[in-house]
Amino acid sequence: MIRFDEVTKVYRGTAKPALNSVSLEVLSGEFVFMVGASGSGKSSMLRLVLKEDRPSSGAIHVLGQDLNRISSRKVPYFRRNLGVVFQDFRLLPNKTVFANVAFTLQVIGKSKGFIHEAVPDVLAMVGLEGKAERFPHELSGGEQQRVAIARAVVNKPSILLADEPTGNLDPTTSMGIMTLLERINANGTTVIMATHDAGIVDRLQRRVVELVGGRVVRDERGGGYVTQAMPQVQPDIVIPAAGPREGLR
Amino acid sequence: MRLALVLGEVGQGLRRNLSMVVSVVLVTFISLTFVGTAILLQAQINQMKSYWYDRAQVAVYFCTDFSGVGGCDQTAATPEQVAAVEAQLESETLAPFIDAYYFEDREQAFENFQAQFEGNAIASLVTPELMTEAYWVNLVDPTQSQILADALSGLAGVESVVDQRSYLDQIFNILNASSFTAIGIAALMLVAAALLIATTIRLSAFSRRRELGIMRLVGASNRFIQTPFVIEGVVAALIGSVLAAGAVVAIVQFFVQGYLSETLPQTSFVGLDDALLVVPVLLGVGALLAAVSANVAITRYLRV
Repeated sequence: MIRFDEVTKVYRGTAKPALNSVSLEVLSGEFVFMVGASGSGKSSMLRLVLKEDRPSSGAIHVLGQDLNRISSRKVPYFRRNLGVVFQDFRLLPNKTVFANVAFTLQVIGKSKGFIHEAVPDVLAMVGLEGKAERFPHELSGGEQQRVAIARAVVNKPSILLADEPTGNLDPTTSMGIMTLLERINANGTTVIMATHDAGIVDRLQRRVVELVGGRVVRDERGGGYVTQAMPQVQPDIVIPAAGPREGLR
Repeated sequence: MRLALVLGEVGQGLRRNLSMVVSVVLVTFISLTFVGTAILLQAQINQMKSYWYDRAQVAVYFCTDFSGVGGCDQTAATPEQVAAVEAQLESETLAPFIDAYYFEDREQAFENFQAQFEGNAIASLVTPELMTEAYWVNLVDPTQSQILADALSGLAGVESVVDQRSYLDQIFNILNASSFTAIGIAALMLVAAALLIATTIRLSAFSRRRELGIMRLVGASNRFIQTPFVIEGVVAALIGSVLAAGAVVAIVQFFVQGYLSETLPQTSFVGLDDALLVVPVLLGVGALLAAVSANVAITRYLRV
């Protein structure tokens, strides 16, 4: 589904790579947490999967396509297979909930009939029945994130990328969002979620990929936010001592 | 559905950037008016050239008692010398180039002069003795006057061989210079218009960057993202082009046909039909300019 082969990403003007020779494979239907401090490379990985950036070296395959070889004209069509959710929701403030979700389908050329069928369905799925005509500023943070998730999945993507989707939400609301993401995952969508939220990671016990300084230092199935088992270490990496670290709640 | 969406985006963009759109309209209006005027001026020059060049003659002036230039020695040309020139004009070497010629003696030249400068003080100072005799020659090909000059200017009693086109050329040079000035201004204005359109489209894209970001994330094709902006630029420029076309037609209708033709009835001027030929050119230039510069401006937002 997604495969990173020795991927290195160095941003222009910086000496230290954001990603340093990362290899990773995510299978279809998996739910993967990416954890690590800010600047550890989580968002860079998501950007690379979306082909918003190209790697400095190494190969990335997503959905059977080599992203290095995909022409920039084909990128929009490639992205239709991916859904994305962000910490800041990124809704259009001047459009209603319905219009925000419908916008996605309109710009990829879906018919009016399809839109009027698919949008209410997905709004019901994320638990926003009856709020279709509200504007984003009339909704709570959790509800806004549900709109964003509805927008991301209305086109039935095979992969959902979530970049700290609960970062702006309180713990109870976050759990509601996680339940929703789990349900989407249960329907067969591969979910990759970058997060700082230790509580969520510990609770869900899914696959956890930990990044430190652009390297994968842990890839654990059924893991917590901090490791309980012996980590799979890449040889030249010194793991910081386990236990609560700075910058975590 | 898609069309409605695209047009909706266009309308939104135009409304949101109204002041910039107005400036684009004005700049394209002015620049294309210059373009149209320059084209019409060129048409006018060509029309006058073909009219006057056909009437331009070569004059073979003979010596008078007062002229000391050329082959003259302050003695008038003798009838024999005049006959020698005529023999040359009739000769086999020159005849094929000559369409028609006639002799103008002093009396005729005097009458023509009086008619030409009627009411002018100089007319009363001139006497027939001051006028020069001349052969007026119409050439088959008016550009070959040099042949006559070579053949005749060395003959005894000939003061000079003058192609009237050389007088006309000075007038046309002035007209040409003004037409090139108009083209130059038009070119500068067009550059300004192109840059202004690009800036307007960038602003428009910037004010819609949230939408653009989301469109790119959900996989809207580049063409779909681009089209509203290109249409936006083209609409603004087309409004300017239509105004410019109206201005050019109005200039021809009211100034050239209404005023100049009345004042100078002898001269033929460009008419409405010429102006109407310029209209599609202006619309085309306006639309193309806008489409290209909007496209270039928006490409930056599409880079993956």
